[in-house]
Amino acid sequence: MSSPATGADALPQSRIDFVPILLVGAIALGAFALIRSPSTWVTLTVAGLAMGLLIFIMASGLTLVFGLMDVMNFAHGLFIAIGAYVAVSVMKIFGAAAAADSFAANLGAIAPALLASIVVAGLLGLFFERVIIRPVYGQHLKQILITTGGMIVAEQLIHVLWGPDQLPLLRPPTLRGSFLIGDIALEKFRLAAVVIGLAIFVALVLVLNRTKLGLLIRAGVENKEMVEAMGYRVRRLFVAVFVTGAALAGLGGALWGMYQESVTVLIGAQMMVLIFIVIIIGGLGSVGGCFVGALLVGLVANYVGYLSPKIALGSNILLMVIILLWRPQGLYPMSKQ
Amino acid sequence: MIETLLSGDRPRSRVLAATLAAILVCLAAAPFLFPGTRALDVAAKVCVFVLLVASYDLLLGYTGIVSFAHTMFFGIGGYGVAIATTRMDPTWGAIALGTAAALVISLALSFLIGLFSLRVKAIFFAMITLAVASFFAILASQLSNITGGEDGITFKVPELLRPGFRLLEEPLLGVTIGGRLITYYLVFCAALVLFLALLRAVNSPFGRVLQAIRENDFRAEALGYRTVIYRTIANCLGAAVATLAGVLYALWLRYTGPNTTLDFAIMIDILLMVVIGGMGTMYGAVLGATIFVVAQNYLQDLMKLASGAAKGIPLLPDLLHPDRWLLWFGVLFVLSVYYFPRGIVGQLRAWRT
Repeated sequence: MSSPATGADALPQSRIDFVPILLVGAIALGAFALIRSPSTWVTLTVAGLAMGLLIFIMASGLTLVFGLMDVMNFAHGLFIAIGAYVAVSVMKIFGAAAAADSFAANLGAIAPALLASIVVAGLLGLFFERVIIRPVYGQHLKQILITTGGMIVAEQLIHVLWGPDQLPLLRPPTLRGSFLIGDIALEKFRLAAVVIGLAIFVALVLVLNRTKLGLLIRAGVENKEMVEAMGYRVRRLFVAVFVTGAALAGLGGALWGMYQESVTVLIGAQMMVLIFIVIIIGGLGSVGGCFVGALLVGLVANYVGYLSPKIALGSNILLMVIILLWRPQGLYPMSKQ
Repeated sequence: MIETLLSGDRPRSRVLAATLAAILVCLAAAPFLFPGTRALDVAAKVCVFVLLVASYDLLLGYTGIVSFAHTMFFGIGGYGVAIATTRMDPTWGAIALGTAAALVISLALSFLIGLFSLRVKAIFFAMITLAVASFFAILASQLSNITGGEDGITFKVPELLRPGFRLLEEPLLGVTIGGRLITYYLVFCAALVLFLALLRAVNSPFGRVLQAIRENDFRAEALGYRTVIYRTIANCLGAAVATLAGVLYALWLRYTGPNTTLDFAIMIDILLMVVIGGMGTMYGAVLGATIFVVAQNYLQDLMKLASGAAKGIPLLPDLLHPDRWLLWFGVLFVLSVYYFPRGIVGQLRAWRT
């Protein structure tokens, strides 16, 4: 099972399952064989990676929360919507800087917008955990109902605060247009999304694997009672993870809003469907699975959308069904399920 | 007689019994009691939604599974009739064929979804159904040559049900006896019969097993009941009744489209009706659907008044804006999940003891 321990007190390392990662590569190569045009393939792959990484940003918190506390938050889309709306408001305040044709000025508008999205969504997460979710720990049915109810109320409040109309969220000039390398067109915003998404993934992996906090979180996912017996308060960890997840969802919502260049209150509900598919594919509770699942969904959506637009709508569901037939618990099943 | 009709499941509260009787009388005599097209529209919608919500309660309240795909089956029923009557002549045969085809599709789909995802946790099922239902809604709006896309399908109904049809030359008690009235009574009677059938199902030994699964599925399994099979049957039964409700609604509207059947907002409405009315009792569906549909149509007028009265106070007019009525129902929903998990019906029954 485990590789031989190198030192006296080194723990046996669990092996990483490479098959799903290879699957991502295989799909990319298979798509290359079908598309045949290298420039189109690169464009589609970058688009797929950008979409996948944005979904990963939004979904990672949800899957961790589920793994840690067995809580499924059907109102996670709310944080996405709030993030997007806050970004709209802040970008409006920094309107001049956002419209200016200089990188520094644009950064001066985007950075506060993203930061505000993160902070507001995080605070909302704190409130939500306290008021909505805490009373219904351990009761799945009530969780689904109560979080759906919270989503209804929150959507209506967004209508009250921001109005019912679709709001534009224009990207600043620096992030518009695309780089041309030969005949390969790479959209700037997608590249930025890939960079941000990868940075967050690396940061998450480092925190989870290299810090004491991460160790406790992983241990909590594995066996909550044992961690509590060691004297740690899993509940506090959970609040921290919940708030982080909400903040990341807010960031993802802001970025997704810029990706689409418009924001409606439905953004949360629309993303929820994709997010659910991703975390089911990945295996509920697994961050690595969530990452691979998000990449799969993003890539497949873009390739299929190019190859045969008719099937594109069903591609996500089809992907989910195929993966579940292969591994009924998702790509990286968590041990306790 | 009444005992048999209700399958021995009495309201068990005088207030509840009186309310149910009042609702029944109002619906039965709606064309005569409340003249006007709008009132009759509301009454027909109440009939359809009582049935739809009752079939959902079979899943949520009795079996303890949360499905977000109920509107999908509702829509399949509506589209079945609409497609059959537009492709063929608008005859009773076409309606029967459309209904039968819709039932077959619904049963097959619900069976597949059930087998696929009912083995595992409730949450898993909820997530899968959400994904499938949203996929179906997109599909219906994209395949516009079959479903009419976002516009939906307006179709013709058999001669007998058309508004122009007159059964009696002279109005009876000031009400025209024509196609609309016949359609209303068709909807009303079908809904009543199906509702009583559902009541029969949940009070049968089969229904008891479902409740056992809701209370403790592990113990039910240990007692020798194959919980997966019972859950799947409940899922199929709920889907079939929802399909029939979709057929009735389509016949009443003479139209089927994404906004009247497949919209996620309708799924949310159903959830609100079940929970506010009372989960785990069929009578909750009656109360929930009636209150909700009536509020949906008349509360907005009231809120318009209140919003106007609150003018000048910051934010309050926005909160009371007629379009925000769902906000207040959402708050009511959250509060009732916390404090009255058995809904209005449970509260009424608790008062009695």
